[in-house]
Amino acid sequence: MEYSESMILFPLVLPFLTALLCLFLVRRIFAQHFISILGSLALMVCAIFLLIEVEEQGMLVTQVAGWEAPFGITMVIDMFSAIMIAISAFVGFVVNIYSLQDIRNKRKYFGYFTYFHFLIMGVNGAFIAGDIFNLYVWFEVMLIASFVLLAIGNGKEQLIGTVKYTLLSFIASAFLLIGVGMIYGISGSLNMADIALYFQQNCNDPLITVAAMLFLLPFAIKSALFPVYFWLPASYPAPPIAVTALFSGLLTKVGVYALLRCFTLLFIHDVEYTHTILLVAAGLTMLSGVLGAASKKGMRTILSFHIISQIGYMVLGLGLFTPLAIAGAVFYIIHNILAKTNLFLITGVVEKIKGSSRLEEIGGLYKNFPLLSLLFLIAALSLAGIPPLSGFWAKFILIKAGFEVESYFVIVIAIITGLLTLFSMTKIWIYAFWGESKSVNKHDLISNESSLFRQQWRLVLPVLLMATATLFIGLYPTHLMKYASLAAEQLMDPSIYIQKVLGK
Amino acid sequence: MEFLLSILTGLLFAAGVYLLLHRDFAKLVMGIVIIGNATAIFIFVAGRIVRKSAPFLDEQGVAPDTFADPVPQALILTALVIGFGIQAFALLLFKKVYDIPDIEEVDDLKK
Amino acid sequence: MKSFILIISARVIVPVMLIFSVFLLFRGHNLPGGGFIGGLTAGAAFVLHAFAFGMESTFKALRIRPVKIIAIGLLLSFLSGVIGLVTGEGLFKGYWLDWDVSFLPKLGSPFLFDVGVYVLVMGIVMVIIFPNIQEDS
Repeated sequence: MEYSESMILFPLVLPFLTALLCLFLVRRIFAQHFISILGSLALMVCAIFLLIEVEEQGMLVTQVAGWEAPFGITMVIDMFSAIMIAISAFVGFVVNIYSLQDIRNKRKYFGYFTYFHFLIMGVNGAFIAGDIFNLYVWFEVMLIASFVLLAIGNGKEQLIGTVKYTLLSFIASAFLLIGVGMIYGISGSLNMADIALYFQQNCNDPLITVAAMLFLLPFAIKSALFPVYFWLPASYPAPPIAVTALFSGLLTKVGVYALLRCFTLLFIHDVEYTHTILLVAAGLTMLSGVLGAASKKGMRTILSFHIISQIGYMVLGLGLFTPLAIAGAVFYIIHNILAKTNLFLITGVVEKIKGSSRLEEIGGLYKNFPLLSLLFLIAALSLAGIPPLSGFWAKFILIKAGFEVESYFVIVIAIITGLLTLFSMTKIWIYAFWGESKSVNKHDLISNESSLFRQQWRLVLPVLLMATATLFIGLYPTHLMKYASLAAEQLMDPSIYIQKVLGK
Repeated sequence: MEFLLSILTGLLFAAGVYLLLHRDFAKLVMGIVIIGNATAIFIFVAGRIVRKSAPFLDEQGVAPDTFADPVPQALILTALVIGFGIQAFALLLFKKVYDIPDIEEVDDLKK
Repeated sequence: MKSFILIISARVIVPVMLIFSVFLLFRGHNLPGGGFIGGLTAGAAFVLHAFAFGMESTFKALRIRPVKIIAIGLLLSFLSGVIGLVTGEGLFKGYWLDWDVSFLPKLGSPFLFDVGVYVLVMGIVMVIIFPNIQEDS
């Protein structure tokens, strides 16, 4: 076993250790802060090392406990996983800084940081897992941590949101488990590479398409795809903003990751059928999400609906199913994680200043907080896809891929959705940042920008980091595009994956 | 046997879905439990039901000629334990929600 | 108001349940049993203790908060996996000790993992049930 092979497990071991130490020190808040920041910093360093390692070697594989594939538990990191681990480690670190100030002490006593790191462990596990049952287990780890994070603090809205989220997630898990059982019944294996090999050899079995649908439904629920997205706006706006930002950055994207993984590796025997369904779902998701946002009046709800419409773009890339489109989807995921998380973090800062983020209660932020307004503008315009920000390149690649396969219908939907996103962002800008201050409490809780930066630097620093990352991707898109097309190359050619895992 | 268990799985799913659609919080929990068990039986059937020996090596270290597949049982065990966690969480969550004044049943959750 | 019958029977049943839970843990390697079911039994024993004597006396008897018990259980299970990572054979590689003790099961890292699960589940049962015990006035 080489040095780099055991490194694969570090994205699981590090968050686990951090969570464990936080659990031991649950009564000492300062120690928890220290360990939590240290843990997420270590994870970020480790993720960058993994990214470099994967770039050199192509793909990293390890067998847990030394049981050979396909019998043991396989952990695989390819380019796509490495990118996702790196970006989620970055989001984890940034939201961690934000949580130091945003989360109340009562919630920290209840083990906020423990669940935070268990969530990151579950997310990383889902990215690394090389067999479908393991994928299910890591999904559950992630879900249980997210249930607790949603409910922690026992607010009325929070509990009601958690009920909806728990029930939908439970149904999704049950379907996923049925799908796993079905695939085991068909192929007699759980290892993804082994299953892919079996499906290639027996691609006429109609049961495979049934299994594909049984996988599509749970991942669609978890990533909030068209017919089953309603749980998201019902539960995301309720918890503290740090939790919402973390969820918007990581949870739905894990669902998209699983869709991308399964529908490029396992279910590629009947692309006509399965990927057309994905394409239609993607188009309807974009439209319904952005139309839902247009009718809402709270910053939290508007942004929650926008999560849905953005998911549509990523699945659109998968539905088009060309190397360029998949690269576009990977690019889009990264851009979206940064921009969307940042928008939620800014919403939290606005709430700290005004005491509310409902558009009819706030206004005139631009007069006293020009720099904050600029940061919001960067994230918002990036989300809408205005050049030269990151969203423009992401949308550009996807639309170019759409022209190549001549599916003009979804291109039209994608462009309309981009325009309506711009409309929503302008609405927030006009109501919250321009105009007169019409706050319920006429005086702001924080009077001007310099005192905001001095008192609440732990809230502003994450926003700055995120905005810098968005700008960087926007100005130098080729760096990220290189990684994204490498990931797409590996995703589109399952034989590399099979060869690496099984050695044949 | 497979036939009977398939029917049973279908019945359990039907009962579970019926209970999930119910207004009462307690029945919601029952629905979660029943659907969890139905999935377990589904995996059990999917792994083929056979009357064969346990997959252990004997005293001399020789494997038996035919043995039952241990993987579905491991899957079911894991799924049951995860289900146990979710049921416990759901039970406490519903109790907390029920304690909120003016929430009596599931319909009260939408405002 | 505490029930006299419950107190008398709990005095007998709680130790029996605890011993039985350890028995289940020990036999779990090759036969039905194991850390999870043993932990449930042990947790149930402490819950019965709390029903009979009140939660205060249970906490006094435990001397440690249930959350800490969970943390210790997680740590034990994790340590059993780390052994393999240190020797370089891979996480959760199984190692066994050579010597046998008649009444103990075969010792090794899988058994350590099982002990960790036992402690963890015991703590979780208490964390779930203790906050929801309400005494009648």
